[in-house]
Amino acid sequence: MLVRKLLALFLFCVASVANAELTVIINSGQDDAIPVGIVPFGWNQPSRLPEDVAAIVHADLHRSGQFKPLDRADMLSRPTEASQVFYRDWKVLGTEYLVIGRMQPAGGGQYRADFEIFDVFQQRPIKKGTVTSNNLRGMAHYISDVIYEAITGIRGAFSTRMLYVTMEHMQARKQRYRLYVADVDGFNEKIILESPEPILSPTWAPNGRHIAYVSFQSTRPAIYIQDTITGRQQKITGFPGLNGAPSFSPDGRQLAMTLSKDGNPEIYVMDVASGSLRRITNHYAIDTEATWSPDGQNLIFTSERGGSPQIYRQHIATGKVERLTFEGSYNARPALTPDGRFLAMVHRSNGVFHIAVKDLVKGTFNVLTETDLDESPSIAPNASMILYATLKGGRGVLGAVSLDGRVKVQLPSRFGDVREPSWSPFL
Amino acid sequence: MPMFTRNHLIALIAAASIAGCSSTPEETTEPTTAAPVTSGTTTDTTGGYGSTDPSLQNRVVYFDFDSYDIRVDSEATLNAHAQYLSAHPGAKLRVEGHADERGTREYNMALGERRSKATSAYLTSKGASASQIEVISYGEERPVALGHEEGSWAQNRRAELQYTSEAP
Repeated sequence: MLVRKLLALFLFCVASVANAELTVIINSGQDDAIPVGIVPFGWNQPSRLPEDVAAIVHADLHRSGQFKPLDRADMLSRPTEASQVFYRDWKVLGTEYLVIGRMQPAGGGQYRADFEIFDVFQQRPIKKGTVTSNNLRGMAHYISDVIYEAITGIRGAFSTRMLYVTMEHMQARKQRYRLYVADVDGFNEKIILESPEPILSPTWAPNGRHIAYVSFQSTRPAIYIQDTITGRQQKITGFPGLNGAPSFSPDGRQLAMTLSKDGNPEIYVMDVASGSLRRITNHYAIDTEATWSPDGQNLIFTSERGGSPQIYRQHIATGKVERLTFEGSYNARPALTPDGRFLAMVHRSNGVFHIAVKDLVKGTFNVLTETDLDESPSIAPNASMILYATLKGGRGVLGAVSLDGRVKVQLPSRFGDVREPSWSPFL
Repeated sequence: MPMFTRNHLIALIAAASIAGCSSTPEETTEPTTAAPVTSGTTTDTTGGYGSTDPSLQNRVVYFDFDSYDIRVDSEATLNAHAQYLSAHPGAKLRVEGHADERGTREYNMALGERRSKATSAYLTSKGASASQIEVISYGEERPVALGHEEGSWAQNRRAELQYTSEAP
């Protein structure tokens, strides 16, 4: 079971190299982050392991903002077997959960990890697992997922990936656009598409394998679908005017998009297999940036039909339209949590663009970020964090913020402007 | 077919050259001298729109924030290009609409298209033919100024006039 899941992940990661363009800085964490101890995993071979699995787990949990991993230097003991665990060593440091593990060669370039999670206060083991793989980073993310779920009860999203676009200015009027896929910690970065013409609006299909995006590679905007495993690229639209904002339906069979072929930016839904188009909106205002409700029955989109950009919901079958945002004069680029309850968006207040979230059940509205030009919110499949693009030091960088705004993480890039992150589904 | 295209092109270039020299922009007669054709240039350096009208040399018009209204200070430029297009039926223009970086990318893509279409509509209202004009939006993806303040934003909220055939 574990092996099969990891195998799928590693096939996906094939040919990736661990050269991270992104590193992680914690800006501010929750006060109530859970103290955990991730002890360096045992390894009794003469050769060094290419990756420190426990360190990657430590970084994963730290980046979530929900955990406060103990510094190794502060550990009073470093058990690698259950028999070596002395709860008082951890209790005295306030550590609530302890993770230990052992690595060993499994043949054929594979490694095996046995790990175990302990509840220090209750003085008992709560979970153990074994995983075998040739990809130590993927193995570590898998272990992080198991720990996260064992402690929070929520499925971990450390084994997921993200898409993003970079733009590099080569010289005046000459740019280089690149579409990347990487692990959500920024490692295993791989170029999917490179072009002197703009690339934008990358998005995942629910199968976690296909993606859609807009590329100007033909010198005009067109929507493409690409298989991230084979690399095969397929042009889906090339209508006169706008071809933008692709978004897969929850069943992956339909693609919502913005086209202006009939004169005005309107939202259409295409049946991917047949290519047949259905027009959804019909308004002289700009309608764009559609995303699907989790049940696939509604489209949530940006429209300026009320005089300024706001977010609307349209029931596809009946055409009934409802305005969802009334806070300020600019709310755009909606993204919904998988349960459909929380709506993330780009919100302008006092001329500054932030990421905001509206609770569609309670109606509460929270601005989550304090930086400027924040855009492209993309929600983790477990709704733990929102990835977004922002500006730092005059350059585009990626950030992540928890839905309650208390945890913020920045992922600075080494070069180029990074923008438009898109968080994958569970893989 | 290649022959037709070639002949057609030569005729267009010739017509453009004559029209460029002429005081009557409606001039569409066949060329009587071969010189402009064999020189292979459509730019008249001795007179005509190309050199005497600075408005025709200007290829960019600017817009206010979140607006696609043609500004009064763009009219001289657009009038000159409309007149040129009207006088040169073979001239083709690509109008590129652009936005500044504020606001979301796809919304800006739509805004850029509105700017390119507003520019195109102005040109056709002043005598250019719709068939001479192609519009495209780059949204905020192709800034000319890379700063993150109003000075740069103002330069990026623009429509660019790119001749793809018979540039003045």
